[in-house]
Amino acid sequence: MSENIRTVENATCTFCGCVCDDMILTVDLDEKRITRAKNACVLGRAWFSEHKHEERPYALIRGKEASTAEAVEEAAQILAKARFPVTYGLSDTTCEAQRQALAIADLIGSNLDTTTSVCHGPSGIAFEGIGESTMTLGEVKNRADLVIFWGGNPAASHPRLFTRYAVTPKGMYVPNGKKDRTVVLVDVRRTPSVPVADIFIQVKPRSDFEVLWALRALVKGRRVSPSIEQRTGVALATLEDLVNRMKSCQYGVLLFGMGLTMTRGRHFNSGALLALATDLNEYTHFVAKPVRGHGNVTGADNIVSWQTGFPFGVNFSRGYPRFNPGEFTTVDLLSRGEVDAALIIASDPASNFPRAAVEHLRKIPVIVLDPNPTETTQLAHVAFTTATYGINVPGTVYRMDDVPITLRPAFESPYPSDEDVLTAIKNRLRELRLARGGAYGAGATQKVAAPLPSD
Amino acid sequence: MAETMSLIAGRSSKQGTSLCAGKLEPEYCEVTSTVEMNVNDMARLGLKDGDRVRLRTEVGEAVVHCKGRDAADLPLGVLFIAYGPPSSQLMGSDTAGTGMPLSKNFEVIVEPVTGQSIGEEAR
Ligand code: SF4
Repeated sequence: MSENIRTVENATCTFCGCVCDDMILTVDLDEKRITRAKNACVLGRAWFSEHKHEERPYALIRGKEASTAEAVEEAAQILAKARFPVTYGLSDTTCEAQRQALAIADLIGSNLDTTTSVCHGPSGIAFEGIGESTMTLGEVKNRADLVIFWGGNPAASHPRLFTRYAVTPKGMYVPNGKKDRTVVLVDVRRTPSVPVADIFIQVKPRSDFEVLWALRALVKGRRVSPSIEQRTGVALATLEDLVNRMKSCQYGVLLFGMGLTMTRGRHFNSGALLALATDLNEYTHFVAKPVRGHGNVTGADNIVSWQTGFPFGVNFSRGYPRFNPGEFTTVDLLSRGEVDAALIIASDPASNFPRAAVEHLRKIPVIVLDPNPTETTQLAHVAFTTATYGINVPGTVYRMDDVPITLRPAFESPYPSDEDVLTAIKNRLRELRLARGGAYGAGATQKVAAPLPSD
Repeated sequence: MAETMSLIAGRSSKQGTSLCAGKLEPEYCEVTSTVEMNVNDMARLGLKDGDRVRLRTEVGEAVVHCKGRDAADLPLGVLFIAYGPPSSQLMGSDTAGTGMPLSKNFEVIVEPVTGQSIGEEAR
């Protein structure tokens, strides 16, 4: 370790949607690495300690080293020529970068989608139909005496959700922490999160909707047949007991994971849970919140929502935003072979998407911004190495409960930020647009030449 | 002997930490190429920890190592795998108009494999 050590107080971990902002980082400025991350969980420690300053090329164009400026030019030319591109990713970058990506999508009339479409997108669809009885995690910490985790495994994905907000911390109206709370966990398998729970309810796979609907019926005083147990694996008495607890608690919270959205039922499952929370407000205070994965996926939802009116799966082809999951969402656009270029920011669809989608990604020019090599950077036509948000890049991120948090970076990176690269691409696209008389792509004549966005 | 089971792809702690070390690094590949299976299912299929199994769906296949989980933890006929390229190979692309492909609780055909290495098979 060198002598040149710096301590960064109240730094933020952006590994998961908890975005814990109480990190105390010890930074070796000579070696450009973080030697200690006090308060971080096992995932946060890996996030900080594995971040090393590497001698990677600034950019690659078709696998050959290039400068950032050359790559910006190449990327802008690809996007300007594309007839039906998609801008995708955005959950692991700052709100400032997200804003620039959105401006590009608006400018060139592309599809704009975020990783929300393959995590809590179905919950986003359900919000539109049912609404959300919402809260902040501070309220959960200070008030919740009944906490129900449904279809999630925070011990593996959000370890400090338990210790900072929802299970053990002492709060204003729960002064004894865990002793004042009842914790319930509902899942199809016994995960590492189960030991935290007072009550574990194991449902049969693909039965969440039925269990949630039976709970709604019981809350409303309707009769439910004991045969519910054969269908769902959960005894009627267990459901009745849970309903009694839900109706009699002071402040109940349902924290739900992708066990609901990625399985049969998708948005119907999320919708049933949100409706259950709404129903319970006849009796007590009850809230529901999706547990969000990536560090700033909630920021992506916020930015896209406030600028377009929709949370993900947006299309700008007609010069104004349209929302249609299944049509303008990236898995669908790629699997049907519709898009002819992709701008991917801080995401790795080549590793996470279904095969048909990845096969199409291999056929089209892909531009990717990522601090690290991934399957997607390997197939990209233009790959930018960018600085890591939170560690090198300042800015804003949203915690999973929609609370914005300011980042305090540890040290500078030699690489540009996502925001810098996207701003440069946007500016170059504007120049190209002016040079071409206001439209892009081979199909330029079919496109509406919308006025230039002011930002 | 092949059987149809239900696969859950999800997060694991080790997947999270190995992801930080690099998604192209051997540890991440190892973590995402291991499927957990009920020990009684493994015994019936004649499998032990570390053996290879082929998982197959209508759209693709992947060969992964298997690891036994207590019958109380993972129900009979249910498999768990950490998200990664092998699980993505198995996912269908139909999103039923939602944008979300099914990546939990979908059917896969499971059969023991002998012979080739994971790298050769998974391509
Ligand atoms: S809970 Fe999430 S944000 Fe907090 S330290 Fe762990 S990985 Fe980082």
